[in-house]
Amino acid sequence: MSAPANGTVPKLRIRGLKKAFGPKQVLDGIDLDIPAGTSLVVIGGSGSGKSVLIKCVLGLIEPDEGIIELDGKNLLAMDREARERAVATMGMLFQNGALFDSLPVWENVAFGLLARHRVRRAEARQRADAVLAQVGLAPSVGDLWPSELSGGMQKRVGLARAIAASPDLLFFDEPTTGLDPIMGAVIDGLIVDVVRRLGSTAIAITHDMASASRIADSVAMLHKGQIIWQGGPEALMSSGNAIVDQFTHGRREGPITMELRR
Amino acid sequence: MDRLLDAIAAIGRGTLGAARMCGRITLFALDGVSQIVRPPFYPRMVGRALAEIGYFSLPVVALTAIFTGMVLALQSATGLARFSAESQIASLVVLSVTRELGPVLAGLMVAGRAGAAMAAELGTMRVTDQIDALTTLSTNPMKYLVAPRLLAGAIALPLLVVVADILGVLGGYIIATLKLGFNGHVYLNNTLDFLETQDVVSGLVKAAVFGFLVALMGCYNGYNSKGGAQGVGSATTAAVVSASILILAFDYVLTEIFFIR
Repeated sequence: MSAPANGTVPKLRIRGLKKAFGPKQVLDGIDLDIPAGTSLVVIGGSGSGKSVLIKCVLGLIEPDEGIIELDGKNLLAMDREARERAVATMGMLFQNGALFDSLPVWENVAFGLLARHRVRRAEARQRADAVLAQVGLAPSVGDLWPSELSGGMQKRVGLARAIAASPDLLFFDEPTTGLDPIMGAVIDGLIVDVVRRLGSTAIAITHDMASASRIADSVAMLHKGQIIWQGGPEALMSSGNAIVDQFTHGRREGPITMELRR
Repeated sequence: MDRLLDAIAAIGRGTLGAARMCGRITLFALDGVSQIVRPPFYPRMVGRALAEIGYFSLPVVALTAIFTGMVLALQSATGLARFSAESQIASLVVLSVTRELGPVLAGLMVAGRAGAAMAAELGTMRVTDQIDALTTLSTNPMKYLVAPRLLAGAIALPLLVVVADILGVLGGYIIATLKLGFNGHVYLNNTLDFLETQDVVSGLVKAAVFGFLVALMGCYNGYNSKGGAQGVGSATTAAVVSASILILAFDYVLTEIFFIR
């Protein structure tokens, strides 16, 4: 167990995290501290390793090196059962919703309750309806199938599924991608609301600067497998870092060069 | 000399690749089987897989069996007439259907229908992050998705083969009585007189193995699919082709085992 200088143990502490896929070094020594009850937004270009970073924390990808501590306990040193218990305290909203299309909406939302907490189906349905209400959806939506929902509704249902078991740590993978600006703002508002209400710690990854500003207590920029800048959302658009400024302002010219294949 | 070395190296790479593939499939199968016997259990998923593999495959298996029995009766009538042994048509049909054609043809039909569906469903779940989502919801995907299908495959195909055996004999009976002029009572007596328990049991054992193989290849290829729609399509094709080849290969192995007995 280790603590930062002020003596409090961060909710999530990452040190020296590395992951390569073949010759490509996707994560090259990530260091991050995320205090409990705060929201960190990770920004970075496509293919910069943002999704790999949160998949490493969730145990979906095994890193090559490094430490990932949750409440001071190294997830990577835990046995399988302890790791599963730790992951059970986390929730995840996937980029495309990742709703189970063979189950109706309410079973998607209650899936964790049914699987993890062995709640009876009638009770799970009631709790699913309550969580759907928290994300602004009527109970009747619970009877629909995921294929019958719009993109915005799928995100809301994905959010409802992620928060149904009141997780301590929430991950959001590009929560506003594919949504119109108004729906994006609605989803961001819901994320801020649920994170505050649950008192959870949140990590979101996004390309959307407006979304980052709305969600974040702090922002980190991932570039070439490393965190190259970290600061508050108010400093995001004028960071003083040439790479961050090019990215946040969407300039073609600058230190970030795109590899174009013909 | 260089060309020879290149050729040997290519053969070596291919052999190592095949060995790696066999190893991965074996580990996948062992993990899946171990999840069948360890709680938590998902009876709803087993029931769903039984319906998908068994109930919904019934029409195609039934049609295959009845036409196979009819063709078998006609062909054996032609062949046996050359030895004046037409009376053996009933025994030939029942032995062929129960020992060989019932399980093999049902297995191939189920591979084309249910095996492909499994690979497509799991492949889509993989490329749309649904399998990762299961893990984040504290559910082991091998236990929730793979184990029920492996169990259902091993149970459903023998049940289908029982139906196929009956309908295959019925197909032979129809041709023998309506076209070849056999007495129905005599035909059925000949069928039952020549049939031994071992014939049916060997077919059902084969069916259980084939059902497991169909589910295994459907799950393995779907679970490990990559690269969007094209990857799912490739997984589906690989599931059907590999299951069909394995059915024919294991058919020989199992026949050899039962032949010795």
